[in-house]
Amino acid sequence: MNEKTEKLIDKKGIRSDGRKADELRPVKLQVGVLSNADGSAYIEHGKNKILAAAFGPREVHPKHLMQADRMVLKVRYHMAPFSVQERKSPAPSRREVELSKVIKESLEPALFLELYPRTGVDVFVEVLQADGGTRCAAITAAALAIADSGVPMRDLVVGCAAGKVDDTVVLDLYDAEDKLGIADVPVAYMPSLNAITLLQMDGILEPAEFEKAVNMAMDGCKKIYEMQKEALKTKYMVVKEVEE
Amino acid sequence: MSSLVTKVRLRQIEQLIEKGKRLDDRGLLDTREIKIEQGLIEKAEGSARVFLGKTEVLVGVKVGLGEPFPDTPNEGVLTVNAELVPVASPHFEPGPPDENSIELARVVDRGIRESKCIDNEKLCIEPGKKVFVVFVDIYVLNHDGNLIDASAIAAMAALLNTKMPNYEVKDGELKIKQGYTPLPVKNHPVTVTTGKINGHLITDPWIEEEQVMDSRITFATKEDGTICAIQKGGSGYFTPQQILEASKIALDKAVELRKKLDW
Amino acid sequence: MPTFFEKKQLVTPGELLAEGDYLPGENTYVEGGKIYASRIGLVDSDNKKVNVVALRAFYMPKMGDIVIGTVIEVGFNGWTIDIKAPYTAMLRASDVLSRPFKPQNDELSQVLTAGDLIVAKIATFDRAHDPQLTVGEPGLGKITRGQILHVTPTKIPRIIGRKGSMISMIKQETNCQIILGLNGVILVTGKTLDEEELAISVIRKIEEESHTSGLTDRITHLLKEKKIGKVEENKVE
Repeated sequence: MNEKTEKLIDKKGIRSDGRKADELRPVKLQVGVLSNADGSAYIEHGKNKILAAAFGPREVHPKHLMQADRMVLKVRYHMAPFSVQERKSPAPSRREVELSKVIKESLEPALFLELYPRTGVDVFVEVLQADGGTRCAAITAAALAIADSGVPMRDLVVGCAAGKVDDTVVLDLYDAEDKLGIADVPVAYMPSLNAITLLQMDGILEPAEFEKAVNMAMDGCKKIYEMQKEALKTKYMVVKEVEE
Repeated sequence: MSSLVTKVRLRQIEQLIEKGKRLDDRGLLDTREIKIEQGLIEKAEGSARVFLGKTEVLVGVKVGLGEPFPDTPNEGVLTVNAELVPVASPHFEPGPPDENSIELARVVDRGIRESKCIDNEKLCIEPGKKVFVVFVDIYVLNHDGNLIDASAIAAMAALLNTKMPNYEVKDGELKIKQGYTPLPVKNHPVTVTTGKINGHLITDPWIEEEQVMDSRITFATKEDGTICAIQKGGSGYFTPQQILEASKIALDKAVELRKKLDW
Repeated sequence: MPTFFEKKQLVTPGELLAEGDYLPGENTYVEGGKIYASRIGLVDSDNKKVNVVALRAFYMPKMGDIVIGTVIEVGFNGWTIDIKAPYTAMLRASDVLSRPFKPQNDELSQVLTAGDLIVAKIATFDRAHDPQLTVGEPGLGKITRGQILHVTPTKIPRIIGRKGSMISMIKQETNCQIILGLNGVILVTGKTLDEEELAISVIRKIEEESHTSGLTDRITHLLKEKKIGKVEENKVE
C-alpha cells in the first residue's frame, strides 16, 4: 500500500468529501422511468447513477434454467464502459459476475418464489456512473423496479455500506474512501423483517469495529428505505379528488 | 439445479438439527475431519490437497514473472482462480467459470489478499518493472459440501508449500539462479463458513445440508482476531444477532483449526 | 389488537398493517403474527380481513376466467396464445374444430393465425401446466372487429361495478358491445367510431380514478353529457 500523503478524515472528524462520519451521501430516487420494462427505477446515490429494470414474471429462457416448483430470479449487474475513470471493457468481468450473484441473493429473500412456479423475473442493472457503493445502490434501485413491476414482495430491500477510513468507522464510503480506506462493508437489509440479505467485507476490522459498521450500515439502510417508500408512493400517488 | 435430496431426507435433516445433531453424528458446530497433503504436484511451485470430510480440493501454485500494477509498483501480484471440474459433481458442466466458481475464487482471494498473508513487497524484483506473479489455481475434485472452506485451507497449505526461484539482477538483466526460497508468508488467514437451517447455525455444511440451508455466511479471520473477509451467500437472510453469533463461531473455529494444523 | 393504517391509505410492500386477531386478505401476508402489505396499493379492512387493492399487479390465470388473447404461434395440434400473463396459454385444435382433424399445419392456420385475437375461457390451469383455453361457448372465438384497450388487471372489477352496474351503464349509453377480459384486455365494438371512442375514454377515466369517491356519478354525468353533445351536433347540421 502506498504512503498516503492526505488523510481521508481530519482531526475534526470531517471526511475528504466534507461529510461527517455518520453522514449519508445525497440520494435521489425515481420509479417507473422506462416505458418498456414491467418495472423500473433510477437512483442517484452520491455520484453513482444507476438504472434498474425488471421484466416478468415470464417464461424462462433457456428452458433448462426453469424450476418446476418456483420462480427463478436472474440479475445482471453491468457497468457501462464510460462509468469509471479508466474505460471498462463492456464484456462482463469476474467482479460483475460475482456482484450479479450477490445482488440476486440479496433480493430473493424478498420474493415469494413458490407462488409462481416455472416462471422467471429478470432484473437488469446498468451502472451509468460509479463512485463507490454501486452494489448497494443497485439493490436499492432493483428492489423498487421489482415492486414497480407488480411482483409481490415481503419488503423492499435497501442497500448501504459502512467501513473504516483511517481510524474511524464511517457510513457510506465513496470511491476514494473505498480504494484507500481500511475496510468496506456493504449491507442489504429488509427493515420490516430485520433481515440482512447481503453482507460482505474486504479489509481488516476488529470484531467490535465490525459490529459498529454493521449497525451503522443498517441505520443508513433505514434512512434510504424511507426514501424508497416515498419514491414508490410518489409514482402511485392518489389523484386529488375531482370536484364537480 | 435439480435437487439431489428427497423430501423425506430433507425432513430427516431438519428434525435432527432441531435436536442439535446432524446426519453424520456431528454437533451443530463440529467440523468434519481434515486431511492435508502438500507438495504432490512437483511441476508446480507449490501444491496441496485437502480432504474436508469427502470434499476434495487440490490447489496448485505457479510462480511466474510479470509487471506490477501501476498503483503498486513495489508489490508482487496475486491471482486466484477456481475450477469446478466436472469430475467433482454430476452438476458441474465443462465450460468457462460460472458464477459459483467465480464467487469461490474471489472469496478465497479476499481472505488471502486482505490479510496480507503474503509479504508482497518481497516479491518485487525491480520496482515498477518486474515482480513475481503468484497464480493460485483451485481445482475442486469432489464436491461434498463447503467448497469455500476446503478451498481456502488448500490454498493456504499450497502457499505454505510454495517456493520461489532464486535470482539476481546484474546490469539490468534478470538471471535465475540455483535454489529456491520459500514464499514469504506472514500470517495464516482461516475461513469458516456457517450455514443456517430453520434458524439454527451449523458449521461446515455437508452437501445434503447445503440443499436444506437457506443461506450461509463465511468469515475469514487472522491470528490477531481481526476479520479480513466476509461473504453472505444463498437465498435466505440473517438477523443482525445471527450475524454476530456466526462471527464469534468463526473466530473460535479458526483458533481451533490453527492449533490442529500448527499454523 | 391494532391496525396501523387509515382507510384507503397508500401502502408499500413490507408496511405493517395489523397485528393480532386479523385475517390476511388480498396482497398481504403474515409473518410472526403480523400482517404486512405485499404490493403497493390502497389498504382497507372488511370486518376482520385486511385487504390491499393493488395499484400495480399482473394477471394470474384462474380457471373459468374470460380472457382476450393474441395468437402467437400455430403448432401441430393447436395454437399458442399470449394472454398477458406469466404463462403462455394453449388452445387445442380439438377445442375449435368440431370434427376430428388431421395434423396438417395448413388447416389450422386457416382457422386462426398468428396475430389473431380471440376471446376465450380458461378451461384448466395448475402449478404444473400452462393454462388451457376453450372457445367452445357462445360469445367466445375469433375477434373480427372492434377496438382493443389494455388496463391494469386490478381495475377490471371497478369497471364492472357493483353487480355489473357500471359496465351495463356504459354499454347502454354508448350502444357498444364490451367484453372485459379479466387479464386486463378489453374489446369495445360499436356501430360508430364516436360511440367506441366514448366508451374507451370512459373506461380510461375509470382506470385513472378508480380509487376516488363519487366516480360513478361523474361517469354517469359524462356519458349523459357526451350523448347530449352528440344530439346537439346533429341538430346544428
